[in-house]
Amino acid sequence: MIKKALLYAVLACGAAITTFPFLWMVTAAFKTIGEASAASFSLLPRQWQWHNFVEAFQAAPFGRYFFNSFLVAFSVTACVILTSLMAGYAFARLDFPGRKSLFAVVLATMMVPFEVTLIPNFRLIHLLNWYNTYPALIVPWCANAFSIFLMRQAFMGLPGDYFDAAKVDGCGHLRFLVWIAAPLVKPIIVTVGLFAFLGSYNSLVWPLIVTGEESMRVVQVGLTVFSLAEGVRVHLLMCASTIVILPTVALYFAAQKYFLEGSISAGIKG
Amino acid sequence: MVAGVLIAIAVAALLLILQPRFLGPVDTALEWVDRILDRITTRSARDLPAAALLLAPAIAILAAFGIFPILYALFMSAYDLGGRGDYIGLANYSEALKSSAFWDCFFVTVYFAFGSIPITLAVSFLIANLLFRIVRARGFFRTVYFLPYVTSAVAAAMIWRFILRPDDVGLANMLLRAVGIDAKGWLLEPRSVLFFLTGNTHLNAVGPSLALCCVILFEIWHSSGFMIVIFLAGLTSIPKELEEAARIDGAGWFQVTRTITIPLLSPTIFFLTIVSVVKAFQAFNSFYALTGNGLGPLDTTQNTTVYIFTSFYVNNRLGYGAAVATLLCLAIVSLTIAQWRLLGRRVHYE
Repeated sequence: MIKKALLYAVLACGAAITTFPFLWMVTAAFKTIGEASAASFSLLPRQWQWHNFVEAFQAAPFGRYFFNSFLVAFSVTACVILTSLMAGYAFARLDFPGRKSLFAVVLATMMVPFEVTLIPNFRLIHLLNWYNTYPALIVPWCANAFSIFLMRQAFMGLPGDYFDAAKVDGCGHLRFLVWIAAPLVKPIIVTVGLFAFLGSYNSLVWPLIVTGEESMRVVQVGLTVFSLAEGVRVHLLMCASTIVILPTVALYFAAQKYFLEGSISAGIKG
Repeated sequence: MVAGVLIAIAVAALLLILQPRFLGPVDTALEWVDRILDRITTRSARDLPAAALLLAPAIAILAAFGIFPILYALFMSAYDLGGRGDYIGLANYSEALKSSAFWDCFFVTVYFAFGSIPITLAVSFLIANLLFRIVRARGFFRTVYFLPYVTSAVAAAMIWRFILRPDDVGLANMLLRAVGIDAKGWLLEPRSVLFFLTGNTHLNAVGPSLALCCVILFEIWHSSGFMIVIFLAGLTSIPKELEEAARIDGAGWFQVTRTITIPLLSPTIFFLTIVSVVKAFQAFNSFYALTGNGLGPLDTTQNTTVYIFTSFYVNNRLGYGAAVATLLCLAIVSLTIAQWRLLGRRVHYE
């Protein structure tokens, strides 16, 4: 009993440390500027200033930023799921010459720091005339080695008998992938999708360098610019941070059930 | 145009999920493609047609935006002005290896890796173990510990920058004052953390600066959620009988952890170590968002990726930046191979 209590006490302490900055952010967002930048330990605002959020939204075109971010993140997520399902299946279940070496090349792209590819990719974007467009924000991120790797592992975990049975019934690879294999790895699809969404929504450097106009900015870039301009108005800055963080937290809540299941059992156990 | 195609794909996917009656035609289409694939499949090429079709999109994107850039960076590194000036061979490389700024950045990267990885691993291992043992409020705690990971480094850095403000308003300084310690400069403090620990002014410039330590702490806070989830996944795969048997034989928590949990988790630990070393050497966002430009006070938080970024965008030295990038790449690849060789053998697979 004492052991249990101790366990929960340690976990609660850790949780407090982990969440404190968020708590502080949210409450600061509701304070007046005087309160938010005062040297005091009081966490709760004396009066909840709801209009702070209206002010923050008016101080910068966050509506536009959000539209851009969501459009980009959703497209990237859909494409990553699609490309990694296909490629993962091919690497796990198909037999073709050069499979191992091709997979090694795919994995090798994980080793390369993103900054190395910045300039060449930037030049490529200019060559394609994509500067300041949505494709520049979306297309480069539509496939990645980590997602392909996760999918391949998931498909490898499926019993081979399934495919043999389907083949006997006259089902080809594509139909097997779409109707049988993909539904079986749903938790991994959610995991891959969640990581793709987070990666896209939270990215900063790439959107910063391939877009130049206000109308093409995504929220993370907008927030950085906003923080430079509004650095002194802490309460507005915390409002902006809160609304930028909110969608990812909401998405995580929604995906959590599948996400945990997915990372735990990686599909089914044969 | 491309955006249109992408949106069309997304809409089509949504329609498929929502409207089962579209599934019939899709199935017919898939069947057709399968039949064509079957017809062109030969014994020697095995599943090559199907593989080519399935791999084409992923490989096309990875080739264009993942592999081509590496080759292009290699090309750039051998030229003055990044491919627009004269061919200068390995001059960019030798300049980097001789410059003290390069080695300073390299040490910042190394401090960062050594400072963040072991602590993050240990803390996440411990928390995952505790989380694994509780039944009530499990989902709540899991969500809470994963929270920092889902937030963007930019937004999280906004909060931490305010907490670590160098003046009296910053929360960290308020806490220090409450226990009677002088206020610190935190992210603006270029002096070494060793100086603050020992009070010895000779150690001012030895070891990581206090600013760098703040970035390391931020990273631990920000990335432990990911490791906790992976550790939890590993823990679930350990058979319960082993621990029960050990307990019956009188083993305590520490003994069970040392002799059962850690050996059986070794593939997970191995995976996380390799991934986090690669990540630590590529770290950029935390540095950039916390210090505003990545450089920090007296450049003491400038790690190699920030150095590359600065060479590219501030100093406009494309060839030199590409050479440093290539060196960093080489370091990452050789470190990964070294870990594979050294640690890989000790990993216990079932």
